[in-house]
Amino acid sequence: MNKAQWIPIIVLRFIAMASTFVATLVMITSHDSAKVLGMTFQAKYNNSPTLKYFVIVCVITTVYSLATLFVPPKKSWRPVLVLDLIIMSFLISSFSAAVGVGQLGKEGNSHAGWLPICGQVPKFCHHVSAALIAGFVAVIFYVLLLLYSLNNVLDLVAFKA
Amino acid sequence: MGEEGQVKALEGSSNIGRSGVMATVPLLRVLALFATAAATIVMALNKETHTFVVATVGNTPVKLTLTAKFQHNPANVMFVIANGVATLHSLLMLALSFVSHTYDLKGLRFLIVAALDMMTIALVSGAATATVFMGELARHGNSHARWNKICDNFERYCNQGSGAIIASYIGILFLMIVNMVNISKRGRLSL
Repeated sequence: MNKAQWIPIIVLRFIAMASTFVATLVMITSHDSAKVLGMTFQAKYNNSPTLKYFVIVCVITTVYSLATLFVPPKKSWRPVLVLDLIIMSFLISSFSAAVGVGQLGKEGNSHAGWLPICGQVPKFCHHVSAALIAGFVAVIFYVLLLLYSLNNVLDLVAFKA
Repeated sequence: MGEEGQVKALEGSSNIGRSGVMATVPLLRVLALFATAAATIVMALNKETHTFVVATVGNTPVKLTLTAKFQHNPANVMFVIANGVATLHSLLMLALSFVSHTYDLKGLRFLIVAALDMMTIALVSGAATATVFMGELARHGNSHARWNKICDNFERYCNQGSGAIIASYIGILFLMIVNMVNISKRGRLSL
């Protein structure tokens, strides 16, 4: 595989790895507390299973991308491609769920009687939004990476139409 | 000269083997189609009404009727739309697999089919997981955010939603198998 094929892959994978790493760090350090009527109202990412899932998947993606950066570029890219598809599916699902819960925290759900919490803990909300933006960048780069890898697999196959 | 003949033989064998082993991919697509269609329909018909007794004024109880519909939660709306798109995608790919040998897209076909499959998997998995977490919130509530659970009053609504989610995950599994089979074969795409 010549250089023009595997250099973009490594660059895209590195950026995706950095984005998921940043998303993990920002989400873990999100923390805010508010005092409402004498009660302390603490918000951490631990309180929501969705945000915990987001952190776990981002950690897995970072470790996997780091490991795959060192795979020598050969013709047998297909196992890496299949694993990439699975990891991308996890990443997108965790990001989508976290955005759903974030929207719920920001606007609430009047039908279920769930009040928005961003008014009480604005710092936490901003932190989570920043982590989700980093996660979105990771998702975009992962999709680009996968599309480019598919294009490479096509080049490897002698397609004489 | 020999290599050309070899490639021609490979191309020929992919057409011959179509009715045997290669028919598994359209069969998997049919299964994915049924799974996502079931998920769409079951979630779209998800509605439950429950009457609460709120207070008692004198001798007559004051009743309050609440309805739980699937569109009250934006994650459920995305679930219905995404599974509808996946159903249409499977339908389109099945239709294409019957007419694929009459058109020759010169290698672009592999890219389009695999890339579109990937996009559909991403879309449906995002929608399904978001709905799973919304359902978990409805079933257990969140004491830190003071969000009460609603599944103790709307048991049938929650169970129907769970069934739709399971069907959607089965559809994702079949779509993933199809995509991996398409990627693993050396360009001998059976659509």
